[in-house]
Amino acid sequence: MKYLTLATTLLTSLTFALDGQIGIHDPSTVVQCDGKYYSYGTGGGGLVSSDGWSWTRGTALPRRGLAPDVIHIGDRYYVYVAANIGAQPKAAINMIWSKSLDPASPDYKWQEGGVVASSDGVEDSNAIDPGVFLDPNTRRLWLVYGSYFGFIREVELDPRTGKRINPNDKPRDLAINCEASDLMFHDGWYYLLATHGSCCRGADSGYNIRVGRSRNVTGPFLDADGTNMIQGGGKLFIGSESRKIGPGHFGLLDLGNGVQKFSIHWEADLDRGGASVLDIRPLLWKDGWPVAGENMTDGTFEVESVHTGTALEFAVEGVPVGGRRPRPLRPPGVPRPDGPPTASAGIGAPPNGFGGMFAGTGSPIPPQDVAQVSKNWPAGTGGLRLANYLSQVQQKWTITAVPNAGGYPGSPYFKITIAGTDRALAASADTELVIVPSFTNAPEQLWRFDQLADGTWRITPKSLSGTRTPMALSAIGSSFPTLEPFDASQEKQHWLLKAQ
Amino acid sequence: MKTLRRHYLIAKAVFLVALFALPGNLSVASAQLPPTTLTKPSTPERTPGPDGFIQRWVILEPIAATELTERAVQAEVKKNYFPGQFTMIPHDGEKVTVGPDELTWHAVDTRNYNVNLYHFAHALGKPTSDVLFWAVTTINVMHEMHGVRLAIGSNAASVWWVNEQEVIGIYGDRGTVIDDGVSRRLDLKKGPNVIRVAVVNGGGATDFCARFLDAQDKPLTGFTVTVGKLDR
Repeated sequence: MKYLTLATTLLTSLTFALDGQIGIHDPSTVVQCDGKYYSYGTGGGGLVSSDGWSWTRGTALPRRGLAPDVIHIGDRYYVYVAANIGAQPKAAINMIWSKSLDPASPDYKWQEGGVVASSDGVEDSNAIDPGVFLDPNTRRLWLVYGSYFGFIREVELDPRTGKRINPNDKPRDLAINCEASDLMFHDGWYYLLATHGSCCRGADSGYNIRVGRSRNVTGPFLDADGTNMIQGGGKLFIGSESRKIGPGHFGLLDLGNGVQKFSIHWEADLDRGGASVLDIRPLLWKDGWPVAGENMTDGTFEVESVHTGTALEFAVEGVPVGGRRPRPLRPPGVPRPDGPPTASAGIGAPPNGFGGMFAGTGSPIPPQDVAQVSKNWPAGTGGLRLANYLSQVQQKWTITAVPNAGGYPGSPYFKITIAGTDRALAASADTELVIVPSFTNAPEQLWRFDQLADGTWRITPKSLSGTRTPMALSAIGSSFPTLEPFDASQEKQHWLLKAQ
Repeated sequence: MKTLRRHYLIAKAVFLVALFALPGNLSVASAQLPPTTLTKPSTPERTPGPDGFIQRWVILEPIAATELTERAVQAEVKKNYFPGQFTMIPHDGEKVTVGPDELTWHAVDTRNYNVNLYHFAHALGKPTSDVLFWAVTTINVMHEMHGVRLAIGSNAASVWWVNEQEVIGIYGDRGTVIDDGVSRRLDLKKGPNVIRVAVVNGGGATDFCARFLDAQDKPLTGFTVTVGKLDR
């Protein structure tokens, strides 16, 4: 218990890996069933979460084995799980299926589906680590499998039964010297992701996930340098980071509407005593290749609209940093010049050369003191708007994870406050935005940050009275934000977070 | 090709000479030239184009004003300049007294998406800098509409009212950007709806543009625009 408390404290204060009981090795793709998220790992143990952020131990699968994978097709959940049937690499992958993953559901009844792939212990294959993929273009179902001994192989399954279409078909070789493979499709390309490096050595594990792509689901899969994965190629997708070591077992979690995430396990999370843990991260795309995105972390930011280039600010009259600079005086009767002021027109400008109003103060200008500036701000609820970013205090937002407020796949909910104050961004009942005088933990003051495919952010309130439609922060005008139904194709709903 | 280029260079030189030969300063209009983008309305009503911009307004000759900060503009536009300042629906040629001056309302149609207040004032021989313009128009909608937004841009600061409710304020020394200021969702009643704006300009060019966006953020076009007194 002491360990758990310490781990939780570290978790919330240092990083935002998932919360709760997230110990797992070789996790399956995370799938949703009746509003909950499920993943199964080696040994059959499962994890379950009602929000994708806080996880608990789930019910184990009836068939235990190595590195299961799961897919939802129609009214069935197919689980593929491998087992050694002798000394490695003699192995077989079995399929089981159920209409529900929820043990409380009357539909939770597992059926045996039989062996869909195997290796005889001599051939160049080790039939474990299944990854199952439903081609969105053809609705054909594919299974990739394999682990270091020989090749990653591919066979076709029947999406109506989950079974092998033709057990006599020869498996196709796709890659070598890797394991935990999986397929996905994006923008005309099929991607084969596979885990390279060594596993199961805690913080000494060299696990890393690499990727190749092909125009055909059957390959060949080439990396960015053109090297075929069957010759050891693979572009790095994600490797060890900071205090998390050895990512492996990629699984796509497509939340729809342009929001994609992926699941992995870390071989060793140093903040959790080196345990192997589940993680969920945003999936980004750059130049036709998948990129591992980042979950939101605490910090102080400028929140800038990609669409307008203007920044979120509390709707109060700003004070220039360093104070207002007097403009050049015009003698009585002399009209205002049409063009911008020139250096030589500045107050105190030397007769020739640089100086005057463009010369600055000669010393660093300190940041504004929000306590000082905010004395002139209205006390009650105020408005929100967008403006050119000028490093003023009403434009700086501290984003902080809120403990025990729930979350979403990969992250907890956050509060958004004006830096140095408790004034908080809130969604109003009329589906607009306001700044309330203090944060109260109300659902409309809790915010979700999802990194989108282009690396920008979607910002959505946890809930909004009067509507069940998910709403996102939107730059409706250059100077005004609002909340609108999210559409990933709308640039006005993409935001940049620039650390201050 | 060489001949064409020579003609172009000659034309450019003539233009530049003519430009710099203009007497006086453009920001205080001493010459009265026709407003190249504005015309007197010749039809009882006007409909917006596919982009929804409101192109018919009645504009009051400018009033002196100086500051563009939010606090100053709010104070400036809330001063009591003339009776019915926030309620009157002026017509072309109507006059109001502001301090010692008698100012006239002028109905205009604009050829462009925006209303060029510089052209407006300059053509009347009025100042274009450090001034406040009032403009009013009426849109007539066939049925009640919910969740629409007024979307405006202005050079420079401006404050906007729809049916006497203040809905937008944008401040500072800024250029006109389409859909710069956008109101919260609002309702338009069936029949006439009055839009009123006060634009404060510091120096140089000055103009504004306005349209409504529907609940899907698409330009609203199914209405007519009139100016002048209405039976309400």
